Amino acid sequence: MRALNRLFTRLLNFTARRRGDERLREEIASHIASQTEENILAGMTPGEGRRHARLKFGAVEAVREDYHAEGGLPFVENLLRDVRYALRVLRKSPAFTVVALLTLMLGIGANVVVFGVVNEVLLHPLSVRDPQNLYQMRHKQWTIGRLLTNSYPAFEDFRQRNTSFSGMAGVYGYSVARLSWGNAVMHVHGDAATGNYFDLLGVQPQVGRFFHAVDEHGPNSAPYVVLSDALWRKAFQADRGVVGTTVDLNKHPFTVLGVAPAKFHGAERFVWPDYWIPMANSELSLQSRRSINVTVIGRLKPGVTPPWATDNLNAISAQLGREYPETDDGQPLRLIHPGLWGDEGDVIRGFLYSVTVLALLVLAAACANLATLFAARAADRSRELALRVALGSSRLRLVRQLLTEAVLVSLMGGAAGLGSAKVLLGLLNRSQPFVGQLTVSVDARVYLAGLALTLGSALLFGMVPAWQMGQSSPLQMMKSGPVDSMHLRRFALRDLLLGAQIAICTLLVTASLVAVRGMVRALHVPLGIQPHGAMLADLDLNQEGQADDVAVEKKKAAIEAARSIPGVTAAGTVNRTPFTGGHGIPIFRAGTTEFKLNNSVLAAYRYSMSPGYLEAAGTRLLGGRDVSWHDTAKTPYVAIVNQTFARKMWGETPWGETPAIGQRFIVSGNLTEVVGVAENGKYHDLEEPPQPAVYLPLSQSEQSDTVLVVRSRRSPGQMAAALARALSGIAPNVPIAVHNWADDDDLEGELFPARAATAALGVMGLLAAMLAVTGIFGMAAYSVSRRKKELGIRVALGARKTQVMSAAVGRPIVLLGVGSVVGLLSGVFATRLLGQIVYQANPRDPVVVGGAVLTMALLGIAASAIPAVRALAVDPSKLMREE
Amino acid sequence: MKPKMDVQQGTLALMVLKTLDVLGSLHGYGIARRIEQISGGLLAVNQGTLYPVLLRLEQEGAIASEWSQSENNRRARFYRLTRAGHKLLEAETRDWEQTAAIIARFFEVKAGDLV
Repeated sequence: MRALNRLFTRLLNFTARRRGDERLREEIASHIASQTEENILAGMTPGEGRRHARLKFGAVEAVREDYHAEGGLPFVENLLRDVRYALRVLRKSPAFTVVALLTLMLGIGANVVVFGVVNEVLLHPLSVRDPQNLYQMRHKQWTIGRLLTNSYPAFEDFRQRNTSFSGMAGVYGYSVARLSWGNAVMHVHGDAATGNYFDLLGVQPQVGRFFHAVDEHGPNSAPYVVLSDALWRKAFQADRGVVGTTVDLNKHPFTVLGVAPAKFHGAERFVWPDYWIPMANSELSLQSRRSINVTVIGRLKPGVTPPWATDNLNAISAQLGREYPETDDGQPLRLIHPGLWGDEGDVIRGFLYSVTVLALLVLAAACANLATLFAARAADRSRELALRVALGSSRLRLVRQLLTEAVLVSLMGGAAGLGSAKVLLGLLNRSQPFVGQLTVSVDARVYLAGLALTLGSALLFGMVPAWQMGQSSPLQMMKSGPVDSMHLRRFALRDLLLGAQIAICTLLVTASLVAVRGMVRALHVPLGIQPHGAMLADLDLNQEGQADDVAVEKKKAAIEAARSIPGVTAAGTVNRTPFTGGHGIPIFRAGTTEFKLNNSVLAAYRYSMSPGYLEAAGTRLLGGRDVSWHDTAKTPYVAIVNQTFARKMWGETPWGETPAIGQRFIVSGNLTEVVGVAENGKYHDLEEPPQPAVYLPLSQSEQSDTVLVVRSRRSPGQMAAALARALSGIAPNVPIAVHNWADDDDLEGELFPARAATAALGVMGLLAAMLAVTGIFGMAAYSVSRRKKELGIRVALGARKTQVMSAAVGRPIVLLGVGSVVGLLSGVFATRLLGQIVYQANPRDPVVVGGAVLTMALLGIAASAIPAVRALAVDPSKLMREE
Repeated sequence: MKPKMDVQQGTLALMVLKTLDVLGSLHGYGIARRIEQISGGLLAVNQGTLYPVLLRLEQEGAIASEWSQSENNRRARFYRLTRAGHKLLEAETRDWEQTAAIIARFFEVKAGDLV
């Protein structure tokens, strides 16, 4: 109670700023007067009496301090005083303050942006019930392009035979549809899922209801659609009345059941479906074991571990492989947590964590930079500080004051960093440079991280001058002028800081050069196609439900129409362009009778195309002939294969040609003769090793989707319009979407990792370079300004220009060299780290090393030029007169 | 000359309270003199240290103060014990005596006594 009372009084005193000063002064005066009087009475002279009275009273200042400490809230008061003082000091040197704030803003801003993305992508759980117990089934990849999903019958087999899952749902994530209601039409994409999907994920609708397992009774029994929040808002203006109405998906009526919650985007983070429909009512075949499009997710029974469940699934997979040797390969399975594009999760995690490390390095460099600046300032103020120590200020108070200054600067810099990070993230969210959808929110965790980074860096760079302060003795500091205070020791610390900064910077510059190299490499990978100058048009001809030969005639007509447009050099159709998915299909040698998957020799990408497609796509035909319209179901089956296919099947002749033309193989059960060999290309991703591919004439193979490829000399804009006009005559009721192949989303997606790496590392490298420049500049400028007098004497004594130069900026240049070497070496050791970001990162690449060295040298020259010039311009006579 | 003793934490406050209890209303100088007299000059206390203690006691409500004229017609601040101060003094005295008694007993005990 007493303590509380006292605190209250103190608080009152503090807030009312009531100073006991006046009262204390009067009391002291009265006290000393009384004592003096008594001393005089005891026989001392007045002067002596007064002196003795003072001695007996003790140090008035100390008493006053104690008195104040009792009277108010000394901690807060001191803090306020420190803050006020720090603000005054900072205002006095605006250049320093601005540089410090900018440095911190960049360092902390970069980290907050990176952390925001990490937070969104890795730290936020999926918005489903118990995301930790949600697993996705993946096949082991035995060949590139082998789909890691299952057929619907296989999914049913797994679901019924397993003993380790409490529930399993299938998802077909590639459903696309034309949504029409009233007079409006919209292209949407969504998920087709088994009835138990929402119940398995444990999600509740925000409006209406979801579909359940009981709604499904076989094919086309459940014409229900659940809308995503985004689609509901965009297309239906968030109208609750839409529930229960009927909309058309691809001209089939569906009843709107409900709307999913805004945060729910299925089990994948980056693909946000517009709608969900029951799998029974999707275009997916529920009977065919060849249509391998079902992603299986499930929840383990309580107590079942993932390895145990995996064993269970593998046993079933092997069983299925024996029962259906033509379609099921019996490959072992894995369980992963869904959300990050299947196995891409590892890549994404590696990328983000590595970028985080690099961002922290940028901040570390920024802190080293600031520590140097602060230490230099503290050295400049050493006289003032020494004076304060001598006047009785405790060392702790001074350290606290220096730290207050550091914290103040970093708080302001951190706030600016957070602010700019928020703006930048807002821009990113709006422009959506990511593949797939990603909205980075700035939540409490991001703010906390920002604060932690701010205070952490304040401690890092604030401790250095504080520590220096604690080391030095006031006597020495007072005695020595500024020139002398260049202790070897103190300079060693500052050197270390600058060296570390340069090393980090070199590492980051190396990293960004590695990324740029990776980007260049990715851009120059021979794709086997020439997207530039080609237009793509999706023709949805099958929708009309025409017979096959009618569809072929339509395609022929479309190609003819396209070819007749002036400026068009080639046109052809294909079932799908490279990089749009697809998977290897088994190829058998001629003479094979049992078409088990185990008997196949290759898994080749299969393209079903019209004559002219290869020319339109820019794929070179190396030998033989193109397919023709005369290759029909009634004539012998023919194919064009790529080089890899030919080499793997029939080997190579010594002069590099393959004796492939005229050879036969079996694909889709048809004995097929090779009539041509095409160049190799990339089909799935840019990093894949050479893959076999086979091109079949569309008249001899099924072709469900149709993409018209048109090559022309005209500009994409003109061409798009001309093409749309030409095609609308061929198929009046068919929706046509024309776009430039070079701007294709799928192609962009393949380049995205390289782009992201280049952007992220480029920014970091740039920041690091800026820090290095300011660091070197600061150090050189500082040493020149401090040694001006000495330099002046040297010049007066006849020192040559080179000597003056080396005295002035020699040290930073040496540090630059040492730091760069350390940075380059650490770049070599950080190959694994960089490998997470850039495919085939090679910091030993001579171009990279040379580039890094050149960059650092240029930075060094740029940063030390001004101080060096200033050193040379020293005018001894003027300087001597100054002091 | 005997070496002077440092004042233990808190004992100065107790001395102040007892002084005011015995002498009634008194100014700072008077309190200092009294403590000096009683301790026989054995305490190494700067007189100034008294004032923060006085302030704290006042804030705790144990003493009250007002400006008044001193015996030699000088303006001085006079301190007096409040009722809370009396209670505090009693409690502190009891505590002190108890502690002293315990310590005294420790000194009385000889090695043989514990067998």
